[in-house]
Amino acid sequence: MPGAGLEVAGLEVDYGSVRVLHGIDLAVEPGSFVALLGSSGCGKTTLLRAVSGFVPVSAGRVTVNGRDITAAPPDKRGMAMVFQSYALWPHMTTAQNIGYGLKLRGIARDAIKRRVEEILAMLELEGFGPRMVTQLSGGQRQRVALGRALAINPDILLLDEPLSNLDARIREDVRHEIKALQQGLGITAIHVTHDREEAMVMADRIVVMDQGRVAQHGTPEEVYNRPVSAFVAGFMGAGNTIRLSARPTEAGLAIVPGPNNTGATIAARALGPGVSPRHDGPVVAHFRSEAAELADPETVGDGTLVLSGRVEQASYPGGHYRYAVSVGDRKVIVDAAERLAVGAAVGVRLRAEALHLFPDSEQQGRLP
Amino acid sequence: MTAALRWIPRAIVLGLVVYAIFGPLANLALWAFAEQWYYPHKLPVTYGLRFWHQVFKPRGDALESLSTSVIIALLTVALCLVIAVPAGYALARLRLPARALIMLAFLLPQAFPSLAVYINIARLFYGLGLNGTILGVVLVHTVHGLVFAVWITTAAFAAVDRDLELAARSIGASALRTFLTVTLPLAAPGITASAVFVFLESLDEFTGTYFVGVPDITTLPLLMFTASIAGNYQIAAITALILLIPSIGFMLVVERFLKADVMAKVGT
Repeated sequence: MPGAGLEVAGLEVDYGSVRVLHGIDLAVEPGSFVALLGSSGCGKTTLLRAVSGFVPVSAGRVTVNGRDITAAPPDKRGMAMVFQSYALWPHMTTAQNIGYGLKLRGIARDAIKRRVEEILAMLELEGFGPRMVTQLSGGQRQRVALGRALAINPDILLLDEPLSNLDARIREDVRHEIKALQQGLGITAIHVTHDREEAMVMADRIVVMDQGRVAQHGTPEEVYNRPVSAFVAGFMGAGNTIRLSARPTEAGLAIVPGPNNTGATIAARALGPGVSPRHDGPVVAHFRSEAAELADPETVGDGTLVLSGRVEQASYPGGHYRYAVSVGDRKVIVDAAERLAVGAAVGVRLRAEALHLFPDSEQQGRLP
Repeated sequence: MTAALRWIPRAIVLGLVVYAIFGPLANLALWAFAEQWYYPHKLPVTYGLRFWHQVFKPRGDALESLSTSVIIALLTVALCLVIAVPAGYALARLRLPARALIMLAFLLPQAFPSLAVYINIARLFYGLGLNGTILGVVLVHTVHGLVFAVWITTAAFAAVDRDLELAARSIGASALRTFLTVTLPLAAPGITASAVFVFLESLDEFTGTYFVGVPDITTLPLLMFTASIAGNYQIAAITALILLIPSIGFMLVVERFLKADVMAKVGT
């Protein structure tokens, strides 16, 4: 059974007098896996609950395969949700939990039994049917919760941070299991998470949310490599920031040499979507610690941007060294293979593709 | 030696507590089996089961009032649950601005001097023809029992995780179906406990029954009262023992069913 397409248009949700979703537009392709990514309070869970019908909508529309379901009750939406708390019914056995949705649909007892066995086998839970769910481990409960949702062949599977209560080691496996199941069944899935890596690994498309708005919507590569705002860049791991000055030239955007940085020119095609090649004025550069390289502090003028700084702190997280480098009054984190002493003067080389530039203004990081 | 000395005050306190609890009970037990007991004797003169025969003789007052008491208690429980289950669910789930006020309102009948309240209820019931009827007594008991019923069922429903209901809704259960198959079974222990409380309250209730029921309705507490006024201490003691049986039995049930997670939500 192919999954259904979901469309959300101009969705607004209020909690009392507080607006939590400010006009969300989102289209989800049938059979795709979409992650709603953001920090807590960004509205991702509210969006999922509005789609599932648990939260009343103030304005906007939700459609599934073109059918308007904005006003439909949760049980008439053809969706199934997996909860962070798993929300398994403690007064039922594993088999009863999984079979509940089938029983509601008036399916014959034998057929339910067969389907439950099939689901248990698919989730590698054979023999657990008669057990009370209270006797299962966290990972097993998570799979029962998933099985309960999948048993009814929903058009759309909603996942509300289903992995956040699992041990880190199990979580890695479950990510791939869920992804494989979703692809095998061809079901549409919407996954809420605050875990960047989880979203990157599982989703076909990522929707980064910030303060009740969609900050960016794209493939994992797009969101990671071409963030549209300083917020997205920071959230996707480009946590180092440095203030620079830029002016437009024919070759692209030029970085003006400063007390702690060399000059550089970044070709227009290498610039991300965050800044115009004609920008004239202060910019904020975001970069990842692993995208920076260490350079000779005396290096000048090879066309790439080099920051001059001093090693403040060194640690070894495994595989490489990690340095906190002070550049002027800023501190940046740089990963490098070579061993340096604390206090050493050092250059930090940032190639064009490592830099995410955004205009330095009050509105930085916020889309209108 | 000093250790033994330190035990003396504790032993005295324990002894007093035991005396305060079991003294009256022992007196009750003695009276129930005393055939003759008069001053200046410290203990009954003759023991026997004569009064038990009298109480339990076919068509005796005691058996009849026992059945009246049980019928009234069961009807009170039914009426309380019919009100308390929907009210408790609403109070636990819905965001009502006046929620605290509503919870307090159920406590109101307890807040005023009961004699004044019951005299006025009796006056009202006279006008409605409810005096001396089972229904009248059941209504009085219900008002009294509702505070336990509503507060405990509210706590029982509040202890049911909202996500458990949403999980059922999301895979296709209607609101009613969700309530019947998920919420109600999970709240059942708390609801049972509240029913037991109401049952016991009704069984023991005296004042309201006296004002609204007498002389047509005789419940066990009323029988006991009449017997002790008339100096029939044996009859009164035996009735009291009969009343004790369901109390102790149900307390054990309540103790099993009222879990800490429900108790923690009572009155919140």
